[in-house]
Amino acid sequence: MQDKIHSSYKQLEQKSKYTNMFLRWFLYFVLVIFALYFIFPLYVMVVTSLKTMEEIRQGTLLTWPSGLNFDSWLVAWGGRGYGAGDTFLKPYFWNSIKMVVPAVFFSTFIGAMAGYVLTKWRFKGDKWVFLFLLFGCFIPYQAILLPMARTLGVLGISNSVIGLVLVHTVYGIPFTTLFFRNFYVSIPSELVKAARIDGAGFFKIFFKILLPVSTPIIVVTIIWQFTQIWNDFLFGSTFSFGEAAPIQVALNNMVLSSTSVKEYNVDMASAIIAGIPTLIVYVLAGKYFIRGLTSGAVKG
Amino acid sequence: MLKWLEKNLPKIVMAPAVGLIGWFVYGFVLWTLYISFTNSKILPKYELWGVGQYVKLWGSRKWLIAVDNLLIFTALFLIFCVVIGIILAIFLDQKIRAEGVLRTIYLYPMALSFIVTGTAWKWILNPTLGIQKMFIDWGFENFTFDWLVNREMAIYTIVIAGVWQSAGFVMALFLAGLRSVEDEIVKAAKIDGANLFTVYWKILLPMMRPVFFTSFVILVHISIKSYDLIVALTQGGPGISTTMPALYMTQTAFHKSQVGLSAASAMMMFMAVAAVIIPYLYSELRRENAR
Repeated sequence: MQDKIHSSYKQLEQKSKYTNMFLRWFLYFVLVIFALYFIFPLYVMVVTSLKTMEEIRQGTLLTWPSGLNFDSWLVAWGGRGYGAGDTFLKPYFWNSIKMVVPAVFFSTFIGAMAGYVLTKWRFKGDKWVFLFLLFGCFIPYQAILLPMARTLGVLGISNSVIGLVLVHTVYGIPFTTLFFRNFYVSIPSELVKAARIDGAGFFKIFFKILLPVSTPIIVVTIIWQFTQIWNDFLFGSTFSFGEAAPIQVALNNMVLSSTSVKEYNVDMASAIIAGIPTLIVYVLAGKYFIRGLTSGAVKG
Repeated sequence: MLKWLEKNLPKIVMAPAVGLIGWFVYGFVLWTLYISFTNSKILPKYELWGVGQYVKLWGSRKWLIAVDNLLIFTALFLIFCVVIGIILAIFLDQKIRAEGVLRTIYLYPMALSFIVTGTAWKWILNPTLGIQKMFIDWGFENFTFDWLVNREMAIYTIVIAGVWQSAGFVMALFLAGLRSVEDEIVKAAKIDGANLFTVYWKILLPMMRPVFFTSFVILVHISIKSYDLIVALTQGGPGISTTMPALYMTQTAFHKSQVGLSAASAMMMFMAVAAVIIPYLYSELRRENAR
């Protein structure tokens, strides 16, 4: 009797072991299929950029390139060296850098200050002020494009990198404030109160108490702002053209320009060049990137 | 004077943020609202003209196509992103080997711009050298995949690229949600004899209500604003078959110079976003106050 129960239990255990194994395999199978789906466009971009047009016409999307041929990358970055109609990314890449660095700096600084005041120097109605700022994360920018275009014109900075710095700084503030506010809320206010009793002032408290522990949120904010501003197309394409355009706009123009022969290898190399800075940041600091996404991801 | 300065320093520091947002967000939205009630063409005019622009907007075939596309896109985008996101999150939650690598792969599209990924998808989906040719070369001689240049189907290529870009993000939200649930709950359910499927279907997913809500709000918000992806993939074509409101707005303003009409379309977008966002902010605020 005892034996019988024991053996049927063994059988059951064996059976569940097989189902479990099957389930595990199924699990990995599905996960890998999705991984292939996600990696597919990147793979195609990279191999296409390394092929010659001849290879592209003969092979398929997946065909491995015959060698490491960076010619299309050089063309995408520096052009072919003849005058008119030769568009390449190098100057626009620098435009983007010149736009991103100050815009990230200013928006992060303003947001840090606002987050600090909203949590540690609370005043009557501060919740409403926060809500007032927060709503700015969500507005569809179409509702501000027309007056912004006029304003930039009046200020004399339309179609310039400075204009784009202003635009990105302003519309970054709601996000940076949100980040810093949510971070500083979790830092005990007792520290600040004690410092105030000791006579420390507004800025001293910020620089001595809050700033030293703010590294993670500063990293999150900088990465978020950098990615958003680098990848922006709407503002770039509306408020700039020609030589002042940021890289995304230049990439789009390059791909759309209908020269006689479409050079897909150069297109793909250009797309990689435009995507590589944010991709590097993502790979190096993915943890912070995801934190930004999940805590403030409301932008498109 | 100095005393006053010291007392009001926090407010003074706060002022730039409030001032800039007040002017550049609220002021500008009001300006757009006002212009939408005028008969502005190339330059804004300030005499009121009534609701004429809105009547014109809703009588325009292109706008109706744009709204139609938005509805199709939003519905499919939501369903696919959420389903794929949940499946990936649950599967990744099973103590998977190489979880970090897989997560990185699922999420990297979020780091790229829609212009970059749109360029890649356009190349993949183009009928002459892309996927279609790949299958034909593999021996499926009658294989056709011309959605990108097909009026009826082009909108679905935008769904494909959009889901690819954003599904990983939903996964990240759900994974964070699942990880925040106490282990005890799952253990207790398992001791009571619930299998893994029941645990997720009956216990964990219902607990994820706030995550569903957040994903819904963010995805709808992304889809109403989608602009770059369409510019990169189809420019609204073939014809005007993949126009969406955001594209309609910029084209009307900057190519057709119909400032009043484009302001009206911008306000429609604004109201659609507000209808989703205001209940969301309200509920978030209530949750925070309850804490």
